[in-house]
Amino acid sequence: MGEGMELQNKVSVQHLTKYFGNLHVLDDISFNIKKGEFVCVVGPTGCGKTTFLNLLTRIYMPTKGDLFIDGVSANPKEHNLAMVFQEPSSLPWKTVEQNLRFGLELKKLDKKIIDERVEEMIELLGLQEFRDQYPSQLSVSTAQRIIIGRAFGMHPDLLLMDEPYGQMDIKLRFYLEDEVIRLWKELGSTVIFITHNVEEAVYLAERVLILSNKPTTIKEEVKVDLPRPRDVTDPEFIRIRKYVTDQIKWW
Amino acid sequence: MSMDENKKVKLSLKNISQSFVVKNKVMDAVHNVSFDVYDNEFLVILGPGHCGKSVLLRMIAGLAKPVEGEIFLDGEELKGSDPRVGMVFQELALMPWLTVMGNVEFGLKIAGKAEKERRRIAQKYIDLVGLTGFEKSYPHELSGGMKQRVGIARAYTSYPEIMLMDEPFGQLDAQTRYAMQEEVERIWQQEKRTILFVTNNIEEACYLADRIILLSNRPAKIKQIYDIDLPRPRDTVHPDFLRIRKEISENTDLAL
Repeated sequence: MGEGMELQNKVSVQHLTKYFGNLHVLDDISFNIKKGEFVCVVGPTGCGKTTFLNLLTRIYMPTKGDLFIDGVSANPKEHNLAMVFQEPSSLPWKTVEQNLRFGLELKKLDKKIIDERVEEMIELLGLQEFRDQYPSQLSVSTAQRIIIGRAFGMHPDLLLMDEPYGQMDIKLRFYLEDEVIRLWKELGSTVIFITHNVEEAVYLAERVLILSNKPTTIKEEVKVDLPRPRDVTDPEFIRIRKYVTDQIKWW
Repeated sequence: MSMDENKKVKLSLKNISQSFVVKNKVMDAVHNVSFDVYDNEFLVILGPGHCGKSVLLRMIAGLAKPVEGEIFLDGEELKGSDPRVGMVFQELALMPWLTVMGNVEFGLKIAGKAEKERRRIAQKYIDLVGLTGFEKSYPHELSGGMKQRVGIARAYTSYPEIMLMDEPFGQLDAQTRYAMQEEVERIWQQEKRTILFVTNNIEEACYLADRIILLSNRPAKIKQIYDIDLPRPRDTVHPDFLRIRKEISENTDLAL
C-alpha cells in the first residue's frame, strides 16, 4: 500500500470485506476521504449500509481490508470517531449542557477546553434557552440537534451520521440540513453521512458514494459541484438526483 | 372544473374542536375545523409534527369524541366507531402470534364469518396488496413495508367506505416509502374508496392527493386547501411537482 497516497487523505478505506459465516455482506470496498470533505453514502434498502457503518466505527472488525485514519489503522481509543444514530441517543438523566459535555469528559479533555467547546456548540445551534432542560422536555428534532451538536463538538477525526433525519418532513429536514452544512463549514469536520434519501444526499454532499446490492461494493462515485445553498428545483440538481436514483432504484 | 358540482359529499366535518387536559391545563389540539370529503376522493391531511392531525383522524374513526362540532357520513351524524370507516395505523398493531392470513382475516372471524368465506375475502386483499405467497408467514419474518401491506389488507376486509390512514409510512425508509406510495395509489385505483391520509411529508402528500388540507401548528386550524391537478402516476422530480411542493412547503409552519 502506498503510504504517500494515504497521507494526503484523512480517511482511507482499503479492500474492506465482511463475511458473517458464509454470508458475504461487503465486498472489497475502497475509497478515500480528504480532510474536511462531506461525503454521502446511498444504496438500495437492505444493501448492507449498517454493516458498512459498523465496520467504520469498529463495532465490527473486517474479515479483510482495513480503515486508516491519517495513515494509521483506525483505533477508537486513539482516534476520535463520532457517531450520530437515527434514534435520538441523548442521555435522558443529563441536561442539554451535560449531554454536550459528556463525550468531551470521556475523552478527559481540559475543563477549559470542554467549557469552550460546549459554549461554541450552544452558540452555533442557538440552544441557550434549552441549556438546563432534559431531553424529555424537548421535541424529537431538538433532541436530535443536541446529539448532532455533541458529535460535532468532539471535533472528531471522522464524523459518521446514520440517517439522522430519517423520519422528519421536508420543511424540518431542509432546516436541519442547512444547519449541518453550517456546522460542517464552521468546524471543518470530515463527515460520512448515510441516507436512503437521494434528494438529501445530493443536497448535502460534495461527493456521493453509491452502494450496490449485497455483497455490497461501491458501484459509482458522483461528484456534486453545485453552489450552496442548493436549489432542489435547479435542473442540474434534478439531473443528478435522477441519475443517482436510477442507480439504486428497486421499487 | 368545480369539484363541488360533480362530486358527492361523503364525509363532512362541521366546526370540530378538540381539547385535552394536560397537567391541569387545557390544551387545544384542534380548533374549529370544517371540511367536506368527496366520494372516492384521495384526500391528504398535511401538517407539521404534533399539530393535531392524528387527533382529527381519531375523531372520524370514533376513537375519541370532539369537544365541539359534528361529523356526518352520507348526511347522517357519526356517533362513535362505525363499520363503514376503516383504519390503518402507523404502529401496525399486527398480532405477532398470527400469520399474515390470521391477521388479515381476524376482523372477519370476530364478525362471525364462516371460515371459507373469510378466507376468500382475506385472500382477495392479500393478493391486492401484493403479499401472495406470504399467507403463512409471521409478522417478524416480514420487512417494514410488507407489514404495512398486511395492515392495509386487514383494513380492506371489512369493506369500509372510508379508509383512514394515519401516517402509515412514517416509520419506513425513504425508498420503501416511495414503493409503498406507488402501491397505495395502485390499490386505490383498483379498489376505489374514499381515503383520508394523514402525513407530515409534503412530497408524499403531493404524490398521492387529489386535494391537500394543510393544517397549522397546534391547535390545528385549516391554513389552506390545495387541489392537486397533476396527472397520475406523478413524477416527483417534474418541475410542476417541485413547484407545488415548494409552494406548500413555504406555507407550512416549521415545528422545531
